[in-house]
Amino acid sequence: MHMTDALLSPAVGGTFWAGTLAVLAYCSRKLKESLDEKMVPLMGVLGAFIFAVQMINFTIPGTGSSGHLGGGMILAVILGPYAAFLVMASVLTIQAFFFADGGLLALGCNIWNLGVYSCFIVYPFVYKALVRDRSNPKMITTAALVSGVAALQLGAFSVVVQTLLSGRSDLPFRSFALMMQPVHLGIGIAEGFVTAGVINFVRTARPEILEYGLTSRPLSGNVSVRRLLVGFLIAAVLSGGVLSLLASVKPDGLEWSMEKVLDGHGLPEQKGGIARALKSIQAKTSFLPEYGFRKAAGENGKDRAPSRPAAEPGASVSGLIGSALVLTSVLFLGLAIRALRRKSP
Amino acid sequence: MFDDRLLNIGYLDTLSCRDTVIHRLDPRVKLTATLLFILTVVSFPKYEVTGLLPFFLFPVLFFSLGDIPVKFIVQKVLFVSPFALFIGIFNPMLDSRTAYSLWGFPVSGGWVSFLSIMLKFLLTTTSALLLVATTSFPGVCHALQKLGMPELFVSQLLFLYRYIFVLTEEALRMVRARDMRSFGKRGGGMRAYISLVGTFFLRSIERAERIYQAMLSRGFTGRLHAARPYRFSYSDAAFAATTGAAFYILRTQDVVGALGEFFMGMF
Repeated sequence: MHMTDALLSPAVGGTFWAGTLAVLAYCSRKLKESLDEKMVPLMGVLGAFIFAVQMINFTIPGTGSSGHLGGGMILAVILGPYAAFLVMASVLTIQAFFFADGGLLALGCNIWNLGVYSCFIVYPFVYKALVRDRSNPKMITTAALVSGVAALQLGAFSVVVQTLLSGRSDLPFRSFALMMQPVHLGIGIAEGFVTAGVINFVRTARPEILEYGLTSRPLSGNVSVRRLLVGFLIAAVLSGGVLSLLASVKPDGLEWSMEKVLDGHGLPEQKGGIARALKSIQAKTSFLPEYGFRKAAGENGKDRAPSRPAAEPGASVSGLIGSALVLTSVLFLGLAIRALRRKSP
Repeated sequence: MFDDRLLNIGYLDTLSCRDTVIHRLDPRVKLTATLLFILTVVSFPKYEVTGLLPFFLFPVLFFSLGDIPVKFIVQKVLFVSPFALFIGIFNPMLDSRTAYSLWGFPVSGGWVSFLSIMLKFLLTTTSALLLVATTSFPGVCHALQKLGMPELFVSQLLFLYRYIFVLTEEALRMVRARDMRSFGKRGGGMRAYISLVGTFFLRSIERAERIYQAMLSRGFTGRLHAARPYRFSYSDAAFAATTGAAFYILRTQDVVGALGEFFMGMF
């Protein structure tokens, strides 16, 4: 559920970038005050771990869709919120630069959606509040499950809000939220279970590591980073081995919810809110030209905001010709430069 | 698929080692220009299509002057997560008012805004990839730090980046070694895979720690030193001024419409 540049307005993207930058600066200062040398490679390796885990898709039981791990909660519990946020931000930055996942303007939103909520809202107010010092596996599982769901719901809701504030999409708030939230409920539950598994594993292997996150004390020198990493290795192998068995070519959770809406007539009537929202979308989407185009001239004309008046056909034709000219000349320019470069090495 | 994606990173890095006009520009200037480009493109209103087209000039110039293979970047852009497509495709369904009428054939506002979203998507993703392909990731990090990103975050980025490379090369060597020792599909099973990944993970962590210790003993203080001394040159100033002016003109003036009218006036 990476937000993308194309759906953002500069104001929304800029605002979230500003927020993200502020949190980044705050975390860096906090970490610098009490940074253990061993944390530096540990943060790097855990970043790579999250990076790898995010590429594995698994099927969410009962829905037929698939999702991947965000990993923000695991990081927050193991590293504490400040380091976790930096690691999460670095993973998302690499994804934005190398895979163009989302884009550079949307990176601010993505770091915010996947980092801030899990590290600074869900971790202190849900996870820590639930676990406190009753650190038994059952409690950790419950807490991880609740926090996984909470973090994903906040993130998904944030995507909805950012998209709507930007005003590039025509999706109405209600139906967009009704598509996003249930799908991310499933992803959140799955995320919670995996998070719980990893935390419980670390807890049995190296319980003192968890204490670091819970009390924000610096890692003491005798904590073996290596044994913790072995634990992560096993978790990585487990998630790689077991989850890739479940991994499917089915679309991501978000895409699945879109598809459901696209052929929404397949849904049973009694499915409450979603069905109603789908129906209202369908009512608006009927492609019957008579209906659509008559409506165009009428009631809907007022809220349309064309960038440049293009009502008269002449203007749109000149725009079209100009576009063709621009595109061909740009293309020829590129080809010409390339050809010239080839000739004179 | 995982290997492919990682190899892609390596290839982007290889591309960034070329020495062209674009590569020689100061990373700070390129980063700022790219961010400004994305902001300008995104700032176009919902129903803008024609105004976006001249902006293809910039990726095309980066491609041709920077000697970047078009096919590679286009493939990467096409495989990007299709969030924009999946959200954007709703616009034609929700907004069926006629926006343009082309020779009697009506085009709905939804399709226009959808096209606008897709054009913005192409422009922004391509420019982000081109930035790395012409600047190198350490260069981008250097620029980020110069522009005020916290040092700790920048070194975390560099560490993560290095780990990815170390892991890829090691993994490829190990996969080759396993393939040479196994016949057909035998040996490619789960057990071999798990022990392979296990050894690989431990090895890379140990290597990473060694690298870090070595860096510490050589005086690494968390500060990055660029191998290429970056200096703000005349070509940087010229590039910054031209792009800034071009973005401003293309954003505020209807260049495409004027060009079209001029062309129509000739006949």
